[in-house]
Amino acid sequence: MKVERSIRMERAWSWKRFFLQWEWLLVLIFIAIMVINSGISSYFFSVDTFVNTPMTFLDKAFLVLPMTMVIILGNIDISVASTVALSAVIMAVTFNAGLPMPLAILLCLVVATTCGLINGLLMTKFKELSSVIVTLATMIIFRGIAYVILEDQASGKFPTWYSALGWGSVGGVPIMVIVFAICAVAFGILLHKTSFGRKIYGMGSNLTASRYSGIKTDSVIIVVSVLTGLMAGFTALFLTSRMGSTRPNVAQGYELEVIAMVVLGGVSTSGGKGRIGGPILAVFIIGFLNYGLGLINISAQVLLIIVGLLLILSVLILNVRFRGRYQRSLPASATVAAEEQSNDKTP
Amino acid sequence: MRRAATFSESFRPATAGAGAFRELGLLAFIVILCAIFQLRNHNFLTFSNIRDLLANTAILSILSVGMMMVLLTAGIDLSIGATVALSGMVSALTVFAHPSISPLLSLLEGMAVGAVCGALIGVLIARFNVLPIIATLGFMNIIRGVTYLVSKGAWVSSYQMSDGFKKLATGTILGVSNLIVIAVVIYLAFFYFINHMKTGRQIYAVGSNPAAADISGIPRRRIIFLVYVIMGVLAGLGGVLWVAKFASAQGDTAVGYELSVIAAVVLGGVSISGGSGKVSGLILGTILLGILNNALPLINVSPFWQQAIQGVVILAAVLTNVLVKRNNQRFALRKRAI
Repeated sequence: MKVERSIRMERAWSWKRFFLQWEWLLVLIFIAIMVINSGISSYFFSVDTFVNTPMTFLDKAFLVLPMTMVIILGNIDISVASTVALSAVIMAVTFNAGLPMPLAILLCLVVATTCGLINGLLMTKFKELSSVIVTLATMIIFRGIAYVILEDQASGKFPTWYSALGWGSVGGVPIMVIVFAICAVAFGILLHKTSFGRKIYGMGSNLTASRYSGIKTDSVIIVVSVLTGLMAGFTALFLTSRMGSTRPNVAQGYELEVIAMVVLGGVSTSGGKGRIGGPILAVFIIGFLNYGLGLINISAQVLLIIVGLLLILSVLILNVRFRGRYQRSLPASATVAAEEQSNDKTP
Repeated sequence: MRRAATFSESFRPATAGAGAFRELGLLAFIVILCAIFQLRNHNFLTFSNIRDLLANTAILSILSVGMMMVLLTAGIDLSIGATVALSGMVSALTVFAHPSISPLLSLLEGMAVGAVCGALIGVLIARFNVLPIIATLGFMNIIRGVTYLVSKGAWVSSYQMSDGFKKLATGTILGVSNLIVIAVVIYLAFFYFINHMKTGRQIYAVGSNPAAADISGIPRRRIIFLVYVIMGVLAGLGGVLWVAKFASAQGDTAVGYELSVIAAVVLGGVSISGGSGKVSGLILGTILLGILNNALPLINVSPFWQQAIQGVVILAAVLTNVLVKRNNQRFALRKRAI
């Protein structure tokens, strides 16, 4: 703990560094989107907009929190959307088979957590495999099982109190926003204020060194995977609550949006760098951007392109920024090695 | 040529027998699978069904050639499904606007579209060090979105395409479907390229040890760029053939097809971490996946089971690969101890 403190103290705090943070750029983008949106529609700036619009995109935001950890670890998880689909489908089917709704909700969370655990176990027992291939396989399997269970049917008819989860509010604040705020704070504390969080950063910068310095790397990976699964369960709950029913193809493409938000939030895909605040800001940027595009009737296809471009551009900017820093501070031979490391994240 | 041969020999791993063992296992699995299917449905091993099966697998196998090269450099390409859709759509729209255009020209057009997509991705990965999965995930969206924009959400249907265009996929040469002929030609060219040409061997070198490749003067970035361009060209070719075969170009053509292609390549024993994999394994992998795709409906397996079965087979193949490799290493160590 003492060592960690001294490392953090080493970077002297300065106004310049404070305002050159990636997050400020995101804040500027966010303000720009707000201004443009209010230019488009004079009704935009109302309490109603700010309270209700987040409910349309916050379901994905639950996935952004653990995905930040996964990417800081230097891994990637593309099975999250399939986990959402599988747990939602199992919840709907068991409820319609007679299980009481609270138990069905519990089952949904258990299923999602189990999916995460399976990913974690595969990644740690088969270290030769990259997280890409493991989650690619489980992505196909989880969604495949959802199709086996429900075929091309939809399942729903939930009790009315369940839909309040996604639509209702307590004291004017939507339940969804409250739950998300709690989760975000919890993840922020876990990542930035606990030794567990420091271990994640350590493993992201250098897995081997972390293992040799006594970090139980396997258990960290498994815990992060389980958290990812749990949050996928939350997404499933809120998504089905808002939609009123579920299908096997629900949440298709969420993995891309979530990864795009995390990367746009300034988390480096080569691991070890990034903070939780950036991705959360990115959630709201993409969410309100989406809302604004809806105002001027731009089709969903253009949004596809915009999300893709945002992902590529933010990675490009981050890469160029970090590479520049490397090249200034390291001798030429070390630059090649550093590049190798950022290129090849195969364990 | 002589130099290339010694180069390839020096890259052969110490446990060369393991690869052969793996392919024999795969072959045995295919034979057993065929026997089971034949017992369940006697129409499975008929000449016409095998011909259909091969023709249906042709596009998959063309794409898996490109994907094998990408995986050899320790990359991955998730954008090819979208590239297939875009190139197919562009060529179909051109045929619709100018019915008299030569089919070969539309083939070239599709390949050019694919090459552009591949080159953009290649620049990002090779020049700007973007992780392959991030770059191709982003481009999957961009290319798919462009496909919808180009087509304005509409379809190009069978009656809007010229007969010559459709003949690209449905025609035959000496009684063999064009698709099979094209796939065989590509495999022969690829076999020669990857095993006997300098650039081909350099792909293996870049994948198995990038640092060593740099130090020994291999143009690593250029190789990585080249690999994604080839992948794009093959996806463009696949797109035109796809549209010609199904006589319909849609915005959502080949959604998720990249997963099938990756599955076939991984089944064929190509390592996802780069540097190892053989053409013979690739052929067996694509045939196995082709059988799984085409034969399950024949034995009355619900189509909804297909995805789950495919996923389990991929996972099993990848895990067996790891276990076999571990076993080999242990065996090699033990041999050295004696």
